[in-house]
Amino acid sequence: MSVDTETVKRVARLARIKVSEDQATKMTGELNGILGFVEQLDEVDINGVEPLTSVVEQTMKKRADGVTDGSKSADVTQNAPASEDNFFMVPKVVE
Amino acid sequence: MTDLTKLTIAEARDGLKNKDYTSTELTEAFIGNIEAANAALNAYVAVTAEKARELAKASDAKLAKGEGGALEGIPLGVKDLFATEGVHTQACSHILDGFKPSYESTVTANLWEDGAVMLGKLNMDEFAMGSSNETSYYGNVINPWRKKGSNEALVPGGSSGGSASAVAANLCMGATATDTGGSIRQPAALTGTVGIKPTYGRCSRWGTVAFASSLDQAGPIAHTVRDSAILLKSMASVDPKDTTSVDIEVPDYEAAIGKSVKGLKIGIPAEYRVDGMSGEIDALWQKGIDWLKDAGAEIVDIAMPHTKYALPAYYIVAPAEASSNLARYDGVRYGLRVPGKDIVEMYENTRAEGFGDEVKRRILIGTYVLSAGYYDAYYLKAQKVRTLIKRDFDLAWQNGVDAILTPATPSAAFAIGDKEMHSDPVKMYMQDIFTVTVNMAGLPGISVPAGLDSDGLPLGLQLIGKPFDESTLFQMGQVIEDAAGTFTPEKWWG
Repeated sequence: MSVDTETVKRVARLARIKVSEDQATKMTGELNGILGFVEQLDEVDINGVEPLTSVVEQTMKKRADGVTDGSKSADVTQNAPASEDNFFMVPKVVE
Repeated sequence: MTDLTKLTIAEARDGLKNKDYTSTELTEAFIGNIEAANAALNAYVAVTAEKARELAKASDAKLAKGEGGALEGIPLGVKDLFATEGVHTQACSHILDGFKPSYESTVTANLWEDGAVMLGKLNMDEFAMGSSNETSYYGNVINPWRKKGSNEALVPGGSSGGSASAVAANLCMGATATDTGGSIRQPAALTGTVGIKPTYGRCSRWGTVAFASSLDQAGPIAHTVRDSAILLKSMASVDPKDTTSVDIEVPDYEAAIGKSVKGLKIGIPAEYRVDGMSGEIDALWQKGIDWLKDAGAEIVDIAMPHTKYALPAYYIVAPAEASSNLARYDGVRYGLRVPGKDIVEMYENTRAEGFGDEVKRRILIGTYVLSAGYYDAYYLKAQKVRTLIKRDFDLAWQNGVDAILTPATPSAAFAIGDKEMHSDPVKMYMQDIFTVTVNMAGLPGISVPAGLDSDGLPLGLQLIGKPFDESTLFQMGQVIEDAAGTFTPEKWWG
């Protein structure tokens, strides 16, 4: 399978990365190189093989359902490019 | 007076205990080296000299009373991927500009708990994506090794290139690193240092910037096998904050060093003899086989038929996980924000400017393989192939194999900006061809320097172990180190 420039632009939109026409063209070639490389997996017989979901045979650990952390809104927002009163500030999203 | 920065961790630990010198003297010596060398090597992106001096002073007070932890007063460098409270933590990306966490990663907290001294944060490929440390927002790291009679700048490998270069050039005694497809073992091999990626689940991932969560593992880079055992013992832990951290007590890895390998079975997989591999690497591999055989190990041929599919499967799984993990960098919560006419354009502008080309490539591949209609053809298939890769290893262990010996990399260090390497992204990906199988199966792997090539550049051998059997890797790694010796670059910097 290979991608065309329109697909690259659509995927970039999904990934929320702005790409120019030139960049999209360049990336199309690079992504097709990578997709061509992974195509060799088609040689592998995967009939009846289960996908690997965990490399370690361990059931997911569960912790007690209790509050162990919190009241850190100032810490959480301290690295934000824009914040006010421990809220993240974003451009207006509703009219 | 001895150059304190040339000591191993094991030696310094004894010297500090004997009061031959203080941690303050040790730390000052390293700060001096960093100041003199960093302009040439670019291994550090942030030097925390004042913090280091304070920590060293506190360690000296403990050592004076005969107290202190396993790493009391030992100066270390930390890869920029680990969250360090109040200190530069940006995964060497523009998008995390100015990010200083209000928390400490479990791995580094464990090191400070044991008394280690932090010298600063080390350069790396952006978000740990790269095999040459040429994708960092902070510029290329330079390998302290050069070809005989040449001034050409070489890459230190990646993504933990700053860690490897800093250890090789005596800018820290040891360093933390991380490995998703080979990012500890490949740079270790290219700089003549020892690097171990432990079993998935051995080191907590809490507070380490995520790249591909099912593959990422922290580990050390150090001068010797013993030093890497000392560091891993401190870095590893059972952590309730990481649900994939496994409930197995951390053993005393150092106790394995010096133990005989007599009677241990070492598997040699013919599938690791790949097309285009240099004759020197092949010869080195044979040397390693002979050293271990001479030490009493039994050498057996094993089959690993799915080896060649590990790298293509990795380039589906890792980008897929990365595209999900890196979705959080949106210009709202951290670092960089580039304005746009609405919130979507703000996201798009921020991510376009904040991420470098390699990171964008991987996010796009990951987004594509996970997008509607392609999931089964790519991601699900890759996860099935991963089962087969793991099965190859499981069969070897079932047949009584104790560890597997392979080359660590297909080549020695190459030049910065190497045209051939940069002609196609896949060329660079091939650097991880011998290491990536280990991540896909979640196993431990160690890279040990084993010799120099005809240009005088270091080459490494890799030992792959059973899950949570790092001890056997240290035991066998020491045999290689004893036979091969250790390797130090000739000083031309600072």
